[in-house]
Amino acid sequence: MAAVESGTCERPADMAAVKCLSSSAPLALRIVAECPVSKARACVLTLPHGPVNTPVFMPVGTQGTLKGITVDQLEDLGCQICLGNTYHLGMRPGPELIEKASGLHGFMNWRRNLLTDSGGFQMVSLVELSEVTEEGVMFRSPYDGKEILLTPEQSIAIQNSLGSDIMMQLDDVVSSTVTGPRVEEAMHRSVRWLDRCITANKNPHRQNLFAIIQGGLNVGLRKACLDEMTKRDVPGFAIGGLSGGEEKDDFWKMVTLSTDHLPREKPRYLMGVGYAVDLVVCVALGCDMFDCVFPTRTARFGSALVPWGSLQIKQKQYAKDLQPIDPECQCATCQRHSRAYLHALFKSDTAAMHHITIHNISYQLTLMRSVRQSIIEQCFPEFVQSFMKRMFPSSEQYPSWAVDALASVNITLD
Amino acid sequence: MKLELSKVVRGCRLGVLTGIGQTGQHSLEVPGCLLYTRCATVPHLTQDTLHTLSSLPAVTQVTLDSLAEHYEVLEEFKEGVRKFSGLHDTALYCSLQDPAATCPTGHITNKTVSVWGSGGRIELTVAKFMAMQAAILPDFYQSMADGETWQANTSRKRVRKAVDRTLAHLDECLILHHKTQELKQAEIFGVVEGGDIREERVRSARETAKRPVAGFVLDGFQSAAMEQDLRSQLITAVTTELPQEKPRLLQGVGRPDEVIECVEAGVDLFEGFFPFQVTERGCALCFNYIIVPDPETAGTSPPTVLESNGESPAVEKLKENGDSSPENMTQFELNLKDTRYREDFCPLVEGCGCYCCKNHKRAYIHHLLVTNELLAGVLLMLHNTAHYLGFFRALREAMAVDRLQDFKTRVLQ
Repeated sequence: MAAVESGTCERPADMAAVKCLSSSAPLALRIVAECPVSKARACVLTLPHGPVNTPVFMPVGTQGTLKGITVDQLEDLGCQICLGNTYHLGMRPGPELIEKASGLHGFMNWRRNLLTDSGGFQMVSLVELSEVTEEGVMFRSPYDGKEILLTPEQSIAIQNSLGSDIMMQLDDVVSSTVTGPRVEEAMHRSVRWLDRCITANKNPHRQNLFAIIQGGLNVGLRKACLDEMTKRDVPGFAIGGLSGGEEKDDFWKMVTLSTDHLPREKPRYLMGVGYAVDLVVCVALGCDMFDCVFPTRTARFGSALVPWGSLQIKQKQYAKDLQPIDPECQCATCQRHSRAYLHALFKSDTAAMHHITIHNISYQLTLMRSVRQSIIEQCFPEFVQSFMKRMFPSSEQYPSWAVDALASVNITLD
Repeated sequence: MKLELSKVVRGCRLGVLTGIGQTGQHSLEVPGCLLYTRCATVPHLTQDTLHTLSSLPAVTQVTLDSLAEHYEVLEEFKEGVRKFSGLHDTALYCSLQDPAATCPTGHITNKTVSVWGSGGRIELTVAKFMAMQAAILPDFYQSMADGETWQANTSRKRVRKAVDRTLAHLDECLILHHKTQELKQAEIFGVVEGGDIREERVRSARETAKRPVAGFVLDGFQSAAMEQDLRSQLITAVTTELPQEKPRLLQGVGRPDEVIECVEAGVDLFEGFFPFQVTERGCALCFNYIIVPDPETAGTSPPTVLESNGESPAVEKLKENGDSSPENMTQFELNLKDTRYREDFCPLVEGCGCYCCKNHKRAYIHHLLVTNELLAGVLLMLHNTAHYLGFFRALREAMAVDRLQDFKTRVLQ
């Protein structure tokens, strides 16, 4: 079940640790290389719609489309997996229609892998009138005002209709800044809902259900959640309830605690993380998969991601700047267009957004490919050091949380 | 630039415009349309998506109103808007106004015209206009013109003034054109004005034809300005006065039915903005332009559009759409926002070879439109452009085999 690799610098397959899961899950994780210093690892995750090289950033195509980009453009960027949002797609066009279109793959004509969330996060974040009970999440439809109850069973039913390669359990999401008994309640409920989701999955042979570790910023609760959930034979785990405005010092400690207790042979998905520094640090802490709307959302406001931060292309300073966004970038935008032209185009047409979106996705995917290559070549710590040097003008500006997090896995910065 | 006419039947001209561009490498079949852009980009499209379309027109239209505010950078750049915007293998035509935008009236003076960019009004003298052309570096461009004669009840005096001013602008443009080193390779089209007054149209055409221009732009005929019968009469009167060997470009007319009528009145070139307008109202061009082949040639023609799925005429759909259909929607399009397409798993047009029709279904486009997704504009623009270019191709083919009337009947059915 080992995946066919196209890379040339990797260790031969016989030396790599190949582990198939005990269950018949439609997923195989082959660990291609592990960093001898940190917890970083490079794997091939084989899913029903092809291989995914990890660490991987997964762009978000909320409503069955990635913001103005065609599926061919996304494929050409080398994207092997992207996200769809169950809440949005469940509302419009609805699971029945998508099922008639042979699932979300057929509906949007995407040939590679898809991951769908449970819909719970959007209900808590987008819909004001939501109430969580043991049964599920009650909310009012923003389209017709009707009260709707989303249960774990319904979330999975919708995701079964969508036909995603990876489904997420419905979890009880509380803001990461909330403390007290509500956090504990949410953690225990998420475990109970995981069991209901596992039972509800009609397609365990072709759709992978991931558990989501909760427990807020409380070490004891996180640990308890890890203990409970790792008893279940799910194909993969997500680290949830983070990147919601908590202190970065708390954030990374919860991430590293989670990866310490997650099984080595299963993929680890850190939800909602997409800033370049966060990605690199969390790869060092042992995470394999990431998603975030940031790179595509910020593109539409004219913010182009570069190895030294970002360019606000709409600012006047770029009106006569004839360089590409990043002279070293190989994306279609940088190969053809200057900052000055993109600046001008932003005043006329949406294609300006598409150009930056293409560039930003390319930036994210290229960053993760470089990270992966350095892990395979056993020089990930050096990669992290040069990455940080490029990103910040001086080491005094390194965020202390990142320095601490990297030090915790034996990567020291100058 | 040279127009080679292969056939002229009752005023309709079929041929090829050759020798376009600095090295004369481009040619454009007529009747034909230009590739429409805003700020030198086909709306919604990147080069990747644009080039999924085959046989794009060899000439791209850029509009001065979308470029005027970028004059400073273009002037410093010195290599023209083609290179500045990352366009490669295309010839450029520069018009004064964006045919898909309406600009406020009442700002024209004897010496100036105005264009509107994102930052507001920019007033142009001939000197400024020509300096901008020298920075844009088109292969051909229209001279500066007073085209503000399209509103109803424009007085005879105002129309006469528009003709006089436009001729004066042309003379000034020509003087500066010959003095401008950067424009040595470029050519000027003179602009024919005259509103809806026949004598003024004829005067404008005659006088413009006396000047050393490479071709003619027919202005003030835009769709809202007049009924097609009057437009056809006036254009016929104008083209009668124009030399056969120079091309005629009609501004502001894009509807397929009007295009055919104007071709019959002697027009060669059109602006390609119509697919963009259709896209902006969330619609898809769907009209049938394939004429049933002669029994003798049957089997040799390309696959027919629409015939295979027994599509009913779009006109009926338009009626059924009733009040919910978008403003200005024509009989040539489908309103993809309509709930009837929610579960329609057909391509926009059966047999269409565009990226959108090969990859996506109506239900998906409907979903993208109701959720306000940017991809809707991309996919509709691809299909509508492909369909529109196909219409022009079929028009030329019909003329070549003397079946223009069959073609017209098919398009208008």
